[in-house]
Amino acid sequence: MDEIVDFFREPWTFEFMRRGLLAAAIVSAVAAVVGSLVILKGMAFIGDALPHASFGGVAVAFAMGENLYIGGGIAALVTALAIGYISRRGVIRNDTAIGIIFVGAFALGILIVSRQDNYTGDLFSFVFGNVLAVSWNDVWLTAAVAAVVLLVVLLFYKELLFNAFDPTMAEASGLPVAWIEYGLLALLALVTVIALQTVGIVLVVALLVTPAATAQLLTRRLSTMMLVGGAIGVASSVVGLYVAWHADVSASAAIVLTATGAFIAAFLFAPGRGAVWRGGAGGS
Amino acid sequence: MAEQADSPTAWALDVRGVSAGYDADKALDGVTFRIEPGCLAGLVGPNGAGKSTLIKIILGMLKPWSGEVSVFGRAGRPRAGLVSYTPQVDLVDWEFPVTVRDVVLMGRYGKLGLVRRPGARDREIAASALERVRLTEMASRQIGELSGGERRRALIARALTQQGDLMLLDEPFAGLDAVAQHDLISLFQSLVEEGKTLFIATHDLSCVDEDFDHAVLLNKHVIAFGRPADVFTPEYLNEAYERHLMVVRSDQSTYIGI
Repeated sequence: MDEIVDFFREPWTFEFMRRGLLAAAIVSAVAAVVGSLVILKGMAFIGDALPHASFGGVAVAFAMGENLYIGGGIAALVTALAIGYISRRGVIRNDTAIGIIFVGAFALGILIVSRQDNYTGDLFSFVFGNVLAVSWNDVWLTAAVAAVVLLVVLLFYKELLFNAFDPTMAEASGLPVAWIEYGLLALLALVTVIALQTVGIVLVVALLVTPAATAQLLTRRLSTMMLVGGAIGVASSVVGLYVAWHADVSASAAIVLTATGAFIAAFLFAPGRGAVWRGGAGGS
Repeated sequence: MAEQADSPTAWALDVRGVSAGYDADKALDGVTFRIEPGCLAGLVGPNGAGKSTLIKIILGMLKPWSGEVSVFGRAGRPRAGLVSYTPQVDLVDWEFPVTVRDVVLMGRYGKLGLVRRPGARDREIAASALERVRLTEMASRQIGELSGGERRRALIARALTQQGDLMLLDEPFAGLDAVAQHDLISLFQSLVEEGKTLFIATHDLSCVDEDFDHAVLLNKHVIAFGRPADVFTPEYLNEAYERHLMVVRSDQSTYIGI
């Protein structure tokens, strides 16, 4: 009996684990809320592009000896707005524009880093994430940014919903759809920055997409999708950190794979919509 | 339609010399026609005739290169609640996690302005619109659970909550079977009896000929407008569609096609 209690209690006797859990839970909750809008608008590719692009800013900040988050944040924001601007112009295909911009920014990051002598430690954690290395300062910064993002979503929920569901009608009704679009991209950039340290550049898109997609299979309204997605994100953080602790594996990978497992379960067994109830994956 | 006094406020929709397009492509060329209030009017023409462009201009989403549109005597971008709009069903993401009630309530969003949430009054208006299209029982369903005809009616309920006296509908009949189509036309006719003006873009010439009051035949410019029987003559139709269409009229019904 004591062994079981220890199994569950032991990880949290360490402060860095408690800090890591707090950071991961906040990030995955807010990522699922914004991620719900991202997947409904078919913006998953942008969700992958922004973290990569932010690496350029992180590298510039590193070379200049400035705060890495601020560098990454500026790069993510600039990239998000550039993508928004180009997609509204419609000169080249949207996904082509995204591809060009984010790979360019990412390559800039690699170029700068390749000139540095001691880049392995700090910068490496931006690529693969190191949630167990966050400081209390990181946690408070993450919480503050998350609070701003959630407040904006709450205030403009009606506009975000309308624009995601039916942008033509939203525009015809006189809603400022261009501003809503830019605003959503800016929110996405903010989430990207706080997600970098938790899961790293490569896995940010998983936090945005996977819990939200799981929630979509289980809900019928955007508001509940956001709540359920956030809960799945938090649960994945808790379970993922247990797995990381006991199996001695990467925390970010364990969190993401837990979320992936939840998605597969929902895909197969979601009430009424799971592949199992509909007669196999090919059923309709 | 000449009985109507020629004062600007007399027309539900007055389009004067509108030319428009995208970049260098001209989609509309000197389009001029008028629709009187309280009628069921059809906008017909082949694919690429500029029907959707014209609708965008009436809604104020696209600026014409030249010319002017007045809705109930007011020129410029129509204020919220003057024109209601129903997009093509294909343009709507039916897998989206919203309920039928949520979608219908969106008709109020334009009037609410930023940040403000819909209140009790908005919910009442949405509920009565749902009642009007007989979807009250489906209100809590996710929109993807609706049948083809119900989906049209849900979008029309949303247009009703916008409370515009002029309603623009883009291809409401596309993909509907004959029963659902008749059902929709009787709904349109009862809305017209209540004083609404409906301007409907459609491919279904036969249906416009049988049941509509007016027709605008468009192919970049207006080829003819007026009573359907006067508009759908072989000469005009051939000019619009650039091919030979067959027109067969009997007492009850019309067939127009290839």
